[in-house]
Amino acid sequence: MSDFFNGVWSDYIALVSLVGIVWCIWLLASQRRAKVIHTPDGAVADTGHVWDGNLRELNNPLPRWWAWMYLISCTFALVYLVLFPGLGSFPGILGYTTDGALMSSMTEANNDLKPVYAKYVTMDIEQVAADPKAREMGQRLFLNSCAQCHGSDAGGSKGFPNLTDGDWLYGGSPENIKTTLINGRAGVMPPFPQLDSKQIVDVTNYVRSLSGLPADNLKADLGAEIFKSNCAACHGADGKGNIAIGAPNLTDKTWLYGGSEATIIETLTKGRMGMMPSQDKVLSPEKIHLLTAYVWGLSNNKQPAAAK
Amino acid sequence: MSVISPGGKPVPIEVIEESLYEVRRKIYPRSVSGIFARWRLILVFATQLLFYGLPWLSWNDRQAVLFDLIQRKFYIFGLVLWPQDVIYLTLLLILSALALFLFTAVAGRLFCGYACPQTVYTEIFMWIERKVEGDRFARIRLDGEEWPWGLRKWRLKITKHFLWLLIAFWTGFTFIGYFTPIETLGASLLHLSLGPWQTFWLCFYSFATWGNAGFMREQVCKYMCPYARFQSVMVDKDTFLVTYDKVRGEPRGGRNKSADQSSLGLGDCVDCSICVQVCPTGIDIRDGLQYMCIGCGACIDACDQVMEKVDYPKGLIRYTTERAIEDKESNQSAIRHILRPRVLIYTAFIAVLSGAFLISLATRNPLRVDVMRDRGALAREVEGIRIENIYRIQIMNASEHAMKVRLKASGLDDLRILNSQGQEIQEIEVAPVSNQLLPIKVSTTIGNNSSGNYPIHFDVTAQELVGDKEVIRTRDEKSTFIIPR
Repeated sequence: MSDFFNGVWSDYIALVSLVGIVWCIWLLASQRRAKVIHTPDGAVADTGHVWDGNLRELNNPLPRWWAWMYLISCTFALVYLVLFPGLGSFPGILGYTTDGALMSSMTEANNDLKPVYAKYVTMDIEQVAADPKAREMGQRLFLNSCAQCHGSDAGGSKGFPNLTDGDWLYGGSPENIKTTLINGRAGVMPPFPQLDSKQIVDVTNYVRSLSGLPADNLKADLGAEIFKSNCAACHGADGKGNIAIGAPNLTDKTWLYGGSEATIIETLTKGRMGMMPSQDKVLSPEKIHLLTAYVWGLSNNKQPAAAK
Repeated sequence: MSVISPGGKPVPIEVIEESLYEVRRKIYPRSVSGIFARWRLILVFATQLLFYGLPWLSWNDRQAVLFDLIQRKFYIFGLVLWPQDVIYLTLLLILSALALFLFTAVAGRLFCGYACPQTVYTEIFMWIERKVEGDRFARIRLDGEEWPWGLRKWRLKITKHFLWLLIAFWTGFTFIGYFTPIETLGASLLHLSLGPWQTFWLCFYSFATWGNAGFMREQVCKYMCPYARFQSVMVDKDTFLVTYDKVRGEPRGGRNKSADQSSLGLGDCVDCSICVQVCPTGIDIRDGLQYMCIGCGACIDACDQVMEKVDYPKGLIRYTTERAIEDKESNQSAIRHILRPRVLIYTAFIAVLSGAFLISLATRNPLRVDVMRDRGALAREVEGIRIENIYRIQIMNASEHAMKVRLKASGLDDLRILNSQGQEIQEIEVAPVSNQLLPIKVSTTIGNNSSGNYPIHFDVTAQELVGDKEVIRTRDEKSTFIIPR
């Protein structure tokens, strides 16, 4: 737990804390009595301190329980420092940490929520996706954990796939989606420094021609050869991609980073690094199950959602 | 040792070391009757009837006044406040503070003397104490009995504490009843199935009532209460305060009823010390205005009775102003100083603020809308002809009736709203006292506008069914639409 770069600072802080408490007790003990001046003419006794010419300090004693409260507070501080972290890097004998408290309240919350999810964990993804209540819960999970990148409507944005269009980099079966959620994905498109700029333009034209986008036929023909020796290993000889490694299909209208000539040239020269983080440590298996059903349902059963 | 007095003569003095802490001297206030005691009794009944009774009232099949902390809904009769309405609480606190300032400027610590819970519960507890143990002298005698206690003392003390605890417990129970439905709370209390926090707060408030009203009493006012200390700042020469008329009363002294007052050279104060005996904070009002004086007027009632007995005019101790005493003015003429700048300013503030408070509460719109633009994605192209932005729209229905909500967007040409499945949104049902979060797509045609940020408006219209009458509620919420390059 110690963030001190030098152990001396821990001792220093512990010392300041303890000296502070001792000083408080000493202060109370040393200031418990005061000299009060009594004059025989019967005037109210004062301490002899006068401010602004005529403001006399009288002795209006505090009740004794006040002094006891003060001592109890000092004792509380000492007991606290023994039980809980606070005295330099001493962790306290109860072993409390804020991290541990967070973890235990999260476990507790997850246990409380178990009955809510229990009904769904035994159901198939297709069945869960058809359940309106499960969709609602799934949407909330999605808005909390996924919408930051994929958008609140799951429509994606540049570099973050659209989850509603039925086109899947790693496959759209419930099992594939679940695997993606649990393990995460890393989609790597390597840069091609070995190709010169003319070759890059040629292969760009070829890739555009694959999905029917306007392209220079001459350049595309030249690019076809380059594609075969450089790109086909991942994207396939026909450019239809490979869901085993997440290589996108280049023959459809879906472009993760954009299909303009300039963007494809950028993709080829600089490469791309797509990253779907693993949710295994973030979400419980029950939540991942519901989320899988929600995401699968986005492109598979549009019917129940029409209610909203 | 001696010092030189202002007159130039040396005065012998004695320097004694004294403790800065003392054991509290228990106060045994003598019972008192009279007009101010009656006012206090009326206020005790009024405030406690309100406090103990309010949680038992129903409204629309629910508790009329309920502060549901878990759901964060605050029900006050026909009104349901949300955390967003915290401004009303702020206004209420400001109004209460201003009212305190005003009352204090006009007539001193009226709140302390008549309406403060500390005073009210102490009054109730002292009434029980008096009924069980007897009045001042009986109580002093009882507490003076040496250890071991006799059977009678045990019986009286146990009875008193039993009754005190009963009231304290009921007070704690009622207090929690403002935060959890009091009827289910009562049921779970009977079945001994209170939750851990309910049990804790029940014990906490019961203990606080018992301790503060039974034991701490005037010490709460003297050592703990911040009001007590700063209220004296708001008192001036024209504030009506519980005052001993020094001019009329001094020199004080005991006398024979038949003796001639003027030949003895005495004032009206017969020095019977009853004003000290009745004081709940144990002070002598004849020493002048003190911060311990809670302005309860017990000494006025007591002194008036004595004055009546000795056939002197009443009002040796009375509500009057410092200026009236100095100038020997009557209260009728002193009251003419009531319209002072500070009183007028406080009154004006209170009038304006409470007017604003009531108007804004009466015209409060139970439909609330929040629009949050998605930050991850700026904008996207749809089918090459439209530009789409994504928003989350949160519709809150703070009324107790269902709402049918329609959305419209304006500010750009041909703005269209679709739900996250890409369908038209017809009508959104929002259940009473609930909210709904809805991801939406908003799109416009490409080419009509150059790239940039455009302010757009969401016009939200809700039909609220109140009884069989339809009320239309509207909200206009601003957001931004981004057209990318």
